[in-house]
Amino acid sequence: MNTLETLTLKFPEAFTTSEFRGQRRVHIGTEKTGQLFDMMKCLKSECGFDFLCDITCVDYLNYPKAADRFGVVYALTNLATGERIFVKAFANDPEPALPSVFELWNGADWMEREVYDMYGVRFEGHPDLRRILMPDEFAAFPLRKDYPLRGFGERHNFETITRSES
Amino acid sequence: MAMNGLLPDFLVTKLDFVANLVRKHSLWPMPFATACCGIELMATAASRYDIARFGSEAMRFSPRQCDLMIVAGRVVMKMVPVMQRIWQQMPEPKWCISMGACASSGGVFDTYCTVQGIDRFIPVDVYVPGCPPRPEQLIRAVLDIQEKVTRTGTMDAREFADRNSYEGPTSLAKELAPEEAITAPGNYRTATRLRMPLL
Repeated sequence: MNTLETLTLKFPEAFTTSEFRGQRRVHIGTEKTGQLFDMMKCLKSECGFDFLCDITCVDYLNYPKAADRFGVVYALTNLATGERIFVKAFANDPEPALPSVFELWNGADWMEREVYDMYGVRFEGHPDLRRILMPDEFAAFPLRKDYPLRGFGERHNFETITRSES
Repeated sequence: MAMNGLLPDFLVTKLDFVANLVRKHSLWPMPFATACCGIELMATAASRYDIARFGSEAMRFSPRQCDLMIVAGRVVMKMVPVMQRIWQQMPEPKWCISMGACASSGGVFDTYCTVQGIDRFIPVDVYVPGCPPRPEQLIRAVLDIQEKVTRTGTMDAREFADRNSYEGPTSLAKELAPEEAITAPGNYRTATRLRMPLL
């Protein structure tokens, strides 16, 4: 039984699938994200996808025909067979949130912190969800599409040291 | 003695002159290298370009042992407090070279996190253009610092007390006195810029 059959058997109607250049993709809508953790657990323990390559995010603000705003992409690899699968779960404003997969892959720790830092998607159950790249006092989420490229002036919000006082 | 009769037995000069003469030939750089300009900085210190010919080979990674900060590379907003702290830890007298387009103006990185020129936050004495600058340009900058030391330096570093206002991009020209500005006559294309006569 292949991966998608296993998933369909255990989680009927929880996801849709698509394929692009041989990549298998699983989409989980916003109302089904409660099952995300169980699906990932199934993928890890029963389908052999034991390696979490990456977690990243897409902001679909102003994207044509997009229904949801944030799509968080989980790239999984089966290290025994080399298979890959991409799971995309959606979240919406206000307060976009998804269940954390830290319990399954401890390597998700910093990846989820990075997604939170750049997009503001919260991961429920993450042990230490802080900013990882930007300073702690930074207030915005810089990779959101409604954040301007040059920021809101945070980069120049520092004291100037003159020559005589240094 | 062969020198007998050629040189006087004593010399009258200013203490400032002696201090500047000594200081300018042993500028110890603090390599604040954050990007690819740092590679050129290393090349400048390596054997082919050999910044030791100008007395600046003693790079120290402790700011307390340095008197010339070379900011090589882009500086992001998270790095600004670090840079200011390192600058303030350096003992007087001290000078600063802003090396490369990114340190001087932000370069191509006009984004939310990249500072558009370090001179907004710390005083800069010499800017080096280029992306990255060639080692010759950095050597030229060191020579410019030496010239600035020769012209404006004082024994107790009192020339810095006058520089008590912002020297950033908009007001750099009007805040500096004419004698503080670096002017180097000569032919730029053949690198034969004249040295000013000492005193």
